[in-house]
Amino acid sequence: MTTTSAPTEPPVQRPVRRIGDRVFSGGARIAGILILIVLAGVGAFLVVESLPAITASPEDVPGEGGLAAYIAPLIFGTLLSALIALLVATPLAVAIALFITFYAPRRIAQPLGYVVDLLAAIPSIVYGFWGIAWLAPQMVPFYEWLEENLGFIPLFAGPVSTTGRTMLTAGLVLAIMILPIISALAREVFGQTPALHREAALALGATRWEMIRMAVLPYGRSGVIGGAMLGLGRALGETMAIALVLSVSGGITFNLISSGNPSTIAANIALEFPESSGLDVNTLIASGLALFLITLLVNTLARWIVNRRADFSGAN
Amino acid sequence: MSQTTAAPPDAPAPTGIPRAGRLPRWAPYACFAAGAGAAVLLGLLTSLNPATFVIYTVVLGTIALYVASRRVEGSRRAIDRLVTCLVVSAFGIAMVPLISLVIEVLSQGLERLDGEFFSSSLVGVVGEGGGAYHALMGTLIVTGLTTLISVPIGLMTAIYLVEYGTGRLKRSITFMVDVMTGIPSIVAGLFAYALFASFLGPGIRLGIVGAVALSVLMIPVVVRSAEEVLKLVPNELREASYALGVPKWRTIVKVVIPTAIAGLGTGITLAIARVVGETAPLLVTVGITNATNFDPFDGRMATLPVYAYYQLTQPGVPPQFAIDRAWTAALLLIILVMGLNLVARLISRFFAPKTGR
Repeated sequence: MTTTSAPTEPPVQRPVRRIGDRVFSGGARIAGILILIVLAGVGAFLVVESLPAITASPEDVPGEGGLAAYIAPLIFGTLLSALIALLVATPLAVAIALFITFYAPRRIAQPLGYVVDLLAAIPSIVYGFWGIAWLAPQMVPFYEWLEENLGFIPLFAGPVSTTGRTMLTAGLVLAIMILPIISALAREVFGQTPALHREAALALGATRWEMIRMAVLPYGRSGVIGGAMLGLGRALGETMAIALVLSVSGGITFNLISSGNPSTIAANIALEFPESSGLDVNTLIASGLALFLITLLVNTLARWIVNRRADFSGAN
Repeated sequence: MSQTTAAPPDAPAPTGIPRAGRLPRWAPYACFAAGAGAAVLLGLLTSLNPATFVIYTVVLGTIALYVASRRVEGSRRAIDRLVTCLVVSAFGIAMVPLISLVIEVLSQGLERLDGEFFSSSLVGVVGEGGGAYHALMGTLIVTGLTTLISVPIGLMTAIYLVEYGTGRLKRSITFMVDVMTGIPSIVAGLFAYALFASFLGPGIRLGIVGAVALSVLMIPVVVRSAEEVLKLVPNELREASYALGVPKWRTIVKVVIPTAIAGLGTGITLAIARVVGETAPLLVTVGITNATNFDPFDGRMATLPVYAYYQLTQPGVPPQFAIDRAWTAALLLIILVMGLNLVARLISRFFAPKTGR
C-alpha cells in the first residue's frame, strides 16, 4: 500500500504525481472496489430476500415439506446434470484443442477455432430449442438400446422416455454448451507451450503424441483445469436449455433415461418465477442462494487447485 | 523398408534412431476405405443408416490403422496414429451439434423471416402474422444499457489489475472477478430483482433491472478478456515509454491500450455477444409484453430471447404460428450473435497492431 495517509511530505524523494495519474489510478481502483461491492451485494440481497422463506414454517413453503425438502432434489438434479456435462465435455474439449493447435493444417486451424468459438456464442435458449426438436428425438433409439443391453446398471434402468427429454439428454446439451469454453482455454495454453520444449521433444525422437504428452499437457494442465472450472460454473447455472429440454417430474433418482427427472435449481426458478408471488418468490430466491453458494464453493475449490499448480500463464 | 520390420524397434534403444518401417502415405486412406467397406457389410447385417455408417467406418478404420501401424511401425507410432484418429474424430463429433443446430434453426426459422416480422409487434395478434419488432428494440435497448454500464467498469478494473494493483486488494479483486464469472445467469437476475424489489416493491419489472442483471454477467467477461490482453502487452513497451519520461496514465492511454486495442475490441464485442442471448435473467427481471416499449425505466419490455421462449412454450390456440415466430426469433438471435462474432474478428484483424508505421 502506498503511504498516502501521512499528511507531511514523506522523507524519501518520491516521483512527481500528476493529476492525470491520480484520476486514472483512482478511477481504476474505484472500478475494482465496485466489483467487490457488487459481489457482496449479490450475497446480501439474496440473503435478505430469502429470509422470509428460511424463517417460514414448513407448511407454508411450496411442497409442504419445508425448505430443505424443496431444495434437495433440485440440488441433486443440478449436480447430476453438471457432472454428466463435465465428464463428457472435458476429454472432448482437450482433444479438440489439441486438434486445432497441433493436428489441423496450419492454414485452416484458425477458421476451425473460430467455428468452435461459434458453439460458445449460440444462446442457451437456442440450444434448448435444438435439444427439444433435434437431439431428444435422435436419442430415443440410443436410450432404448441402452435399456436393452445395459439395463442392469441403475443409471439405464428405464423405462425409456418416449420424448427423449431425459437427464442424459440435458447433460449432453450442457456438455455441448461448455465444450467451447473448456477448449478455448485449453487451446490458449496449449498454444503458449514454449516452442523450444516442443522442438526439443521432437528432436529427441518423440512422436507427435509423445511430444504432446511430455511437453504440452503438463504445461497446459492448469489451463485445462481452469477451463473445466469455468465450464462447470456455466453448467451448474445453465437455465434455459435445461428448462426447455428436461421433462421434470419426480424426485431424486439416478435413472438417466426415464421421463421422471429432478429439475435443476436454475431451471426451476425460470419455470416458476414469472408466475410466482409472495412467499413463493422468497422460496425461489432461497434456492437461488443455494445455487450461488454451490457455484461459489466450486469456484473457490477449483481456484485453489489452479493456484496449487505452478503459475499459469507464460505472460507476466 | 529393407530393415527388419518384425523386430519391435523400441525396447531400450540406447543408441541411434530405431529404424522401423513406415506405412506408405496412402495407408490411412486405405484403412478407412476398408473400414467403410466393412461398415457396409456390418450395416447390411444389422441396419444401415448414414449415422451408423459413419460411426462404423470411423471405428473400424481406426482399428485397422492401429493394427497395421503396430505391425509395421511399432507401438509408439501406432499409438501416435491412434491418438490422431481420436483427436480428429473428437473434432468431428463437436461439429455435429453445430451443423445440425444451424440446419434445424434455418429450416424452421426462415419461413417467417419476412418484413412483417421486423416491422410489427404482437399487439392484437391472434394466430397468424405478428412480429418481433418490439422484442428486437427491447433487446437493443437493454443490451446497449448493459454495455454502457459494463465496459467502463470492466475496462478500468482490468487496468487496475494489470497496471496498478498490488497486494491484497488486487488479489481479492482477481478472486472476486473469478467468483463473478461463475455467477449463474439466473442468480444475476434474482440479484437485480432483489435489489430493485427492496427499494421499489415486489413484482418489479423494468428494462433497467435487466440491464443491471446482464451487467453482473458482462463485467467479469470484460475484465477477464481485457486483463488477458493487457498482460500480453510487452513490458519493454511500457519501460521504453517510462524511460522517455511519459507519465504512467499517458503510457496506459497512448501505449498500452493502442497496442491491445484489437484484443480489447474483440473481447468487448464477444462479451456483448455473450449477454445478448441471455434469457434467464431477463425472464425474471424484464418480463414480457406484446406492445412496443422504448423506455427502460417504465414497465415491462419484450426482449428477443424471452419472446422466443414464451412463443414456444405458450403458443396459444393455433400453436403453429407462434412456434414459427419462436424459431424465427431464435434464428434472429443466432444471426445477431454470429454478426457480433464476425465484427469481433474484423476488429481484431483491422485494428491489430501494425509492425511498422
